[in-house]
Amino acid sequence: MNNQAREAFLGPLINNNPVTLQVLGICSALAVTTSLVPALLMGAALTSVATLGNVSVSLIRHHIPGNIRIIIQITIISSLVIIVDQILRAYAYETSRQLSVFVGLIITNCIVLARTEGFAMNNGVGLSFLDGLGNGLGYSLILVIVASIRELLGAGTLMGIAILPLVSEDGWFYTNGLMLMAPSGFFIIGLLIWLIQSWIKPQPVHTVVHVHDLAGSEAS
Amino acid sequence: MEALASLFIKAVFVENLALAFFLGMCPFLALSRQISTAFGLGMAVIIVQTITIPANNLIFHYLLKDGALAWAGFSEIDLSFLGFISYIGVIAAMVQILEMILDRFFPALHQALGIYLPLITVNCAILGGSLFMVERKYDFCESVVYGFGTGTGWAIAIVVLAGIREKLKYSDVPAGLQGMGIVFMTVGLMSLGFMAFTGIKL
Repeated sequence: MNNQAREAFLGPLINNNPVTLQVLGICSALAVTTSLVPALLMGAALTSVATLGNVSVSLIRHHIPGNIRIIIQITIISSLVIIVDQILRAYAYETSRQLSVFVGLIITNCIVLARTEGFAMNNGVGLSFLDGLGNGLGYSLILVIVASIRELLGAGTLMGIAILPLVSEDGWFYTNGLMLMAPSGFFIIGLLIWLIQSWIKPQPVHTVVHVHDLAGSEAS
Repeated sequence: MEALASLFIKAVFVENLALAFFLGMCPFLALSRQISTAFGLGMAVIIVQTITIPANNLIFHYLLKDGALAWAGFSEIDLSFLGFISYIGVIAAMVQILEMILDRFFPALHQALGIYLPLITVNCAILGGSLFMVERKYDFCESVVYGFGTGTGWAIAIVVLAGIREKLKYSDVPAGLQGMGIVFMTVGLMSLGFMAFTGIKL
């Protein structure tokens, strides 16, 4: 039990990270990472939705009819996202403007649905809580890494505080504008995957998700 | 008319949902191994996008917007917080209806697109398109053009990526980069290419 709980919580942080190894939830991981503050907020939002969604689905898992389970899960998830969105608008209005549509897109984030469908439907409340938390944190970890790289190299700042002295302010650092644009997100995630795959374990080539896997889990 | 054409070009190239906003990445990466699969999925996205964005536009303007219920006598109600759940509901329902219609009247098309349609409900390009439409306050005509444009842009991107990946099979890729790593690099280069369209206006 204890081992199982540790695996549910720590597994998704590195060894089975949802973003770099399962390639889920990439959309927002790329889009909100131009600077660190929105990335942290987005990570917190997704972690709370994944955790609470997992707990709610796990609580009622014996009462959900099999053939409408996806729509029930989506309804639960979208209600949670509405709550998170309203909270962000109330207490962090500026950053929530920056995140624009991507808070709403947590509904279709593959990580959340993959965890409720793949884990919470078959496991108890405690384990589902840990699993949701672990996956949310694993996603946030990647977000923070990518956002730190992009903000540091793109603007010379971290969380808005100047780290590298800019040339325009008599320093030595030339900002790299490409880091703030779309392509660099792809490059950095690609390099992270390269790093993790050659460092942790040599992955066999055929780990790519196939059509029937996706159709089976409906978690794309 | 000119504004609509400009909006279309913008939606297809400049603000390509897949390459500039990273929307619909999961199926974009997972189903782009063959051109034929990618083409089928792209067509399905165009159809669903062209239907759901205008539908959500009507729902937003006549049910959810602040004061939108004035026609029913409730002019003080603001239901816009129900947006997310309504849009995803509309998308899920539209996909179901479309599937039934195709099954009944166009069996050949249903054969070709059938397996991709259920996946589209959870494709963030579809929901993202609707959310952008609301955020940018498009009217009905604009939403039709925007829906068709974003769908087309997404379809072009996935077909091009599938073409590259079919050729990539013959390349010698470093061990750790095989699989998803090299696909990300490829998409990054494509995205760099699409940035060249920035600033184009009709």
